[in-house]
Amino acid sequence: MTTTVINKERSGAVVKIDATEMETKTLNTRLRELVAGGDDKIRIINVCGQRYIGTDLNKPVDIEIIGTPGNDLGSFMDGPQITVKGNAQDGCGNTMNSGNIIVHGHAGDVLGLAARGGTIFIRDGVGYRCGIHMKEYGEQKPTLVIGGPAQDFLGEYMAGGTLIVLGLDLKKGEGHKAKYIGTGMHAGIIYLRGTVDKYQLGKEVGAAELTEEDKLTLERYVHEYSDHFGTDAGKILDAQFIKLFPLYLRPYGTLYAP
Amino acid sequence: MKTYLPSRFLVDRDQSRCIQCQVCVNQCSFGVHSYDASDNLVKANEANCVGCHRCVVFCPTNAINIRKNTLSYRDNYNWRPEAIEDILKQAETGGVLLTGMGSDKEHKNYWDHLVLNASQVTNPSIDPLREPMELVTYLGKKPDMIEIDQKTGTLKTEMPPQIKLSLPVMFSAMSYGAVSLNVQQSLARAATESGTFWNTGEGGLHKSLYKYAKNTIVQVASGRFGVHSEYLNAGAVVEIKIGQGAKPGIGGHLPGEKVSLDVSKTRMIPQGTDALSPAPQHDIYSIEDLTQLIYALKEATNYTKPISVKIAAVHNSAAIASGMVRAGADIIVLDGIRGSTGAAPKVIRDNVGIPIEMALASVDSRLRQEGIRNQASLVISGGIRNSGDIAKAIALGADAVYIGTAALMALGCTCCQQCHTGKCAWGICTSDLALTKRINPEIGAQRLSNLLRGWSIEIKDILGGMGINAIESLRGNRLALRGMGLSDTELQILGVKMVGS
Repeated sequence: MTTTVINKERSGAVVKIDATEMETKTLNTRLRELVAGGDDKIRIINVCGQRYIGTDLNKPVDIEIIGTPGNDLGSFMDGPQITVKGNAQDGCGNTMNSGNIIVHGHAGDVLGLAARGGTIFIRDGVGYRCGIHMKEYGEQKPTLVIGGPAQDFLGEYMAGGTLIVLGLDLKKGEGHKAKYIGTGMHAGIIYLRGTVDKYQLGKEVGAAELTEEDKLTLERYVHEYSDHFGTDAGKILDAQFIKLFPLYLRPYGTLYAP
Repeated sequence: MKTYLPSRFLVDRDQSRCIQCQVCVNQCSFGVHSYDASDNLVKANEANCVGCHRCVVFCPTNAINIRKNTLSYRDNYNWRPEAIEDILKQAETGGVLLTGMGSDKEHKNYWDHLVLNASQVTNPSIDPLREPMELVTYLGKKPDMIEIDQKTGTLKTEMPPQIKLSLPVMFSAMSYGAVSLNVQQSLARAATESGTFWNTGEGGLHKSLYKYAKNTIVQVASGRFGVHSEYLNAGAVVEIKIGQGAKPGIGGHLPGEKVSLDVSKTRMIPQGTDALSPAPQHDIYSIEDLTQLIYALKEATNYTKPISVKIAAVHNSAAIASGMVRAGADIIVLDGIRGSTGAAPKVIRDNVGIPIEMALASVDSRLRQEGIRNQASLVISGGIRNSGDIAKAIALGADAVYIGTAALMALGCTCCQQCHTGKCAWGICTSDLALTKRINPEIGAQRLSNLLRGWSIEIKDILGGMGINAIESLRGNRLALRGMGLSDTELQILGVKMVGS
């Protein structure tokens, strides 16, 4: 589908939308119109549960959301940068292709499901089944950075990309709680800050210390995290990290009778 | 310990006809035929023969015949050769038995127990060669009522997005990777020429096929391979695949060998890695979640396309279908137990799911009872063999059918059930470039269009015989059917009367 785009001088002016009692469809239609009209900075206030914000936008526009966006924030998204001053719900970044999502709060279940590109930063914790089936292809590589802890099935079937869980609000001596981490994982990398027991990992996952290259990657993303949320990167990095990687490129290659 | 799996077939080579040209050697992708230079003879390793008949068709002197191996076990109703040999294979490998195509088991085929009506004396039949016959079918949500502007005679009601089919037959989902690009191109061209639709399956849409986009249904499945906004917006319909008849409830593993450079580009995964499709879509654990994905796709395509949801026909299909319609699906697709696949565990293919005839009848009845049948079109698939099956399906309540196996047969498939090996000698279900070039998309499209043309004429004949001139008049008209050799319960579920009554 082609959208008629009116090329407007990048004025830098921020367009404000008040989403009070606005239906999902109305809000998204308005966003589509604004972006098609050339606006590239949009601030939406009083957001309360509206779904699919940013879904049909395929340009690198800046969207700031004040409030609580609903499920599937930025699903199938291709390019925009969304900043949420509040919490995200389930399905944030679902099958996202490119762009950035920054959440100043926590996020629900299935964060970044099957994402193929872009970055997602969540300041606090996330729910279950996050990063399932993320995959990378060519230059496209999805990255999820989660400040708090994550729940079970983290990175299941992971087929590429980088998943970082900082577990910042875990108490001293307390390990990660998530189970079935990386079940069926066959590509990509998970970095966990803090400790995890072997029983919590999927059978297809290996654990190792970080190499110098891993540390560079991690530093880059932790600094970016700290830039977004005003935390002390040095302090975050001054901790034990563990790298989880796929043991097999074809985890189910021997499942079948020839 | 030695086990012996007898060859399924024997190769008869008439030496008086064989000219040692070695066409069979080159055509066989399973390594049956070989040329022995010292004897100047073409020989056969029958253990590898799958009975696909590629060599028979291409032998220039008709020297080859393929027969069933008659090696006998002691007769035993329970322990037939297949049961014994499956155990031997698993005892040796410890693996899951894989197979291809639809179930070959003797599940009751209800189409064969249904007969159609015709007009005699009391109303005239119609000659379709003389009078116009309407097969055009629209798929998509229909409004509860329509309003027409009295002055202009135009429709005032805003219609939800529809797709228009010249005949109620579409090509079902077969992904690039499972089938070759030449097969998809044949399907896409035939769909375009015949005014119907083909379905990408879950392997993405190859760049070269975007030009057929307006006749393309793009699929979104659990692997989300090749799903991006350009893909979603290219298709005429977006179809969410929850399940398929050949393997209800389980995912798919496209082995790395089949993920060639081009397949990897289209699926957007690295070359040679397994393409794993998880069993569920992890963002759909309930009807409410399905609503969410349906509307995510509607948002992603700006409410311009019907959204279809495909499920395997299972015990509670009727209740599930009701939920799907209420979730916002514009088209629902049911795939029965005879539905085909490029690869599935044999135990699932042959034992899970229900026949499509029963699923169709119960879903259509249920949606009518609930007064929501107009809210979604109903498409069925899973073993549709001919225009007779299609007419019966329409009479049972389907809006249209998908064909998969029948379409592949038009391209040469002989149903040897080796799709999962990736060695298809007919070049259909393989990504081996030496084999895929055996399908010429131009000829393939022509053969598929021929099949659809033949079926259209036959359906018109059936309609004419009944004295009706539009497929719409047959749709859901179960009085046009009678059942034979069926129990009261079966007749009741099908909603048809016994022959003679």
